[in-house]
Amino acid sequence: MSETTTPRSKPAPPAPVADSTKPLADEPKGRTGAARILASRDAITIYALLAFLIYAAVAIPRFASPVTTGFLLLDVIPVLLIAMPMTLIIITGEIDLSVASTAGLTSALMGVLWAGGMDIWLVLVICLLAGTAAGMFNGFLIAVLGLPSLAVTIGTLALFRGLALVVIGDNAVANFPRALTAFFTSKLGATGIPTVMIGVVLIMLFFGVLLHFTPFGRGLYAMGYSKEAATFVGINVARSKFWLYVGSGVVSALAGIYWTLRYTSARSDNASGLELAVIAAVLLGGVSIFGGKGTIPGVIAGVLLIGTLNYALRLGRVSDVVLITVTGLLLIASVVAPSIGSAIREWRHTRRVRRQFSQNSA
Amino acid sequence: MSSTIEHRESSTTAGRAGGGLRTLGSVLRLRELPVLVALALLVLITYINNPLFLSPQGIKDLLLNATIIVILAAGQSLLIITRNIDLSVGSMLGLVAFGTGSIFAAMPDLPIIAVVLLGIAFGALLGGVNGLLVTVAKVPALVITLGTLYVFRGLNNAWAGGKQYFAGDRPEAFGALSVDTVLGFPIITLLAIAVVVAVGVYMAGTRPGRDLYAIGSDPEAAKVFGIKVSQRVFLAFLANGALAGLAGVLYASRFNSVGATTGSGMELDVVAAAVVGGVAIFGGSGTVAGAALGALLLTTITSSLTALRVDKFWQQAIVGILILTAIIIDRLASLRTAKKLRTSEARNV
Repeated sequence: MSETTTPRSKPAPPAPVADSTKPLADEPKGRTGAARILASRDAITIYALLAFLIYAAVAIPRFASPVTTGFLLLDVIPVLLIAMPMTLIIITGEIDLSVASTAGLTSALMGVLWAGGMDIWLVLVICLLAGTAAGMFNGFLIAVLGLPSLAVTIGTLALFRGLALVVIGDNAVANFPRALTAFFTSKLGATGIPTVMIGVVLIMLFFGVLLHFTPFGRGLYAMGYSKEAATFVGINVARSKFWLYVGSGVVSALAGIYWTLRYTSARSDNASGLELAVIAAVLLGGVSIFGGKGTIPGVIAGVLLIGTLNYALRLGRVSDVVLITVTGLLLIASVVAPSIGSAIREWRHTRRVRRQFSQNSA
Repeated sequence: MSSTIEHRESSTTAGRAGGGLRTLGSVLRLRELPVLVALALLVLITYINNPLFLSPQGIKDLLLNATIIVILAAGQSLLIITRNIDLSVGSMLGLVAFGTGSIFAAMPDLPIIAVVLLGIAFGALLGGVNGLLVTVAKVPALVITLGTLYVFRGLNNAWAGGKQYFAGDRPEAFGALSVDTVLGFPIITLLAIAVVVAVGVYMAGTRPGRDLYAIGSDPEAAKVFGIKVSQRVFLAFLANGALAGLAGVLYASRFNSVGATTGSGMELDVVAAAVVGGVAIFGGSGTVAGAALGALLLTTITSSLTALRVDKFWQQAIVGILILTAIIIDRLASLRTAKKLRTSEARNV
């Protein structure tokens, strides 16, 4: 009782009374430095990927071979490519559902222009420009007019796919230059790694550096937490968003070109449904749909995890029908698990508070 | 300043002219009005070019084509108004449609009403899974239902495999639901209209219905206000699932075959219909009737293009333009409301 009478002369009481009013968010998290990185959400995805790779290499016959590497990477490249800009967009709390349609549109354009007798390099340049234009259109509606990205990109999803249909209709164009299509499925020596992977790695590096090592990238996280706060500290929110959608358009066009040349077929329905696969992989890689959280390495691991799982299951003669369910369950588990974790933490917190409380009163 | 004065003048004249003009004004501000006008214009233009479009058979086809999307859009708008979304509707519809086929294959003598109820219950179960995951785990519905989209589709794949049920496998009376008409309306369309009216009345006239708008406008505030947010959202998911179930049963009645891929890709059409119908994608405003009109408009475009002999390839592009137009109109309307609020507040100071 002496503390209350002469509060200033005495130091603070050494053992504070159990404080039941303290919110959970104020509890020390207890993780700093290396431990924080090693136990983060995307590190877990990376561990899962590694664990699965080791398991598959040991348990599944013929899995650990250059042939596997080749087919697996060729399969995941479109998702891997589009996941890069998608990561940045979801980190800012927005979304882009029109990516697969943009890829389809470029594929259709490519078919029609090539069939019309245009030089192939000119065709590729025009396709990239078309992707850029598609991205700018999205960016204009979302960043400049301030419309909700979910609604806008549902609209452009239909619009770009529709334009692809208008451009090429029911036709398919297949006779692309042999040298070019062969290049897109060629491997680097005996490693089994596709040659185009070099370009894909460069794009991954570009987006990784952009997100993690530049002020622009840090700004995206700030935008994901709070647009108002980001504006307040001097981030040009509209301009950043605009360029993200342009980037997304360009990469989607690249994915469309890749798709066309890999399967040697330009059709209007190429890559349809890819947007949901990309978003599932990105979220599995630890990016929060609310924005503000996520890393490029995590997303790469997420994409590869789904790709490897599917490939291994197929190799292990598991029927195709299971694959799609596995993807869905993985996605749900990856988002539900953290909230179960936080529920457990909350329960332990209240239990600790109760125990301290009973000790003090005893 | 001038806009304020003009605004005040116009409002006083409106006041003097009495209730008639005010009602007219509120009709003109209806969010559903642009959709209705677009729909009317579309039908009119098509009719002028091809009178067969509005023949009894033409109208019947129009209504039949819209029925399933109308029901799904009604359920989806319930969710979107609460700031949620359900991307798994296509997969749910597929599961229920195949389930309906299986029931008839196993028990051909089961009364149709029992099959319909079973389908609704099955859909509600699937919707309940979504709702439970969303409300218990407190994860955005977009992510959860993206997951269940895959899971439900995978289950359907596993269940159906390469198997398909055809119209011949089902009793004739069941198929007749989408052939027979009452007063010129196909029976399943009347069912859809009844659903829309029921959900619409619930949303507009009951306390739990109004709560959904409150939740969508500001979930935190709704919680503080004492609304059982989780419970209401869960029930909305349940209802959406039940409606998807109903749509699945009707799908089996309307279309020739149901199999593993039935209904895939439908989720985006349904969300698009709601958005075109003036349901704000981030919750809080819109009506079920609007969503139903949006669905009707989207499906009518297809028929109109065919009737007008426009290249069918244009259809999807037009749908895209329509969605974009709808959200731009929506944005303009909300900007106008915000401006009006600012000027009226400025006057009060």
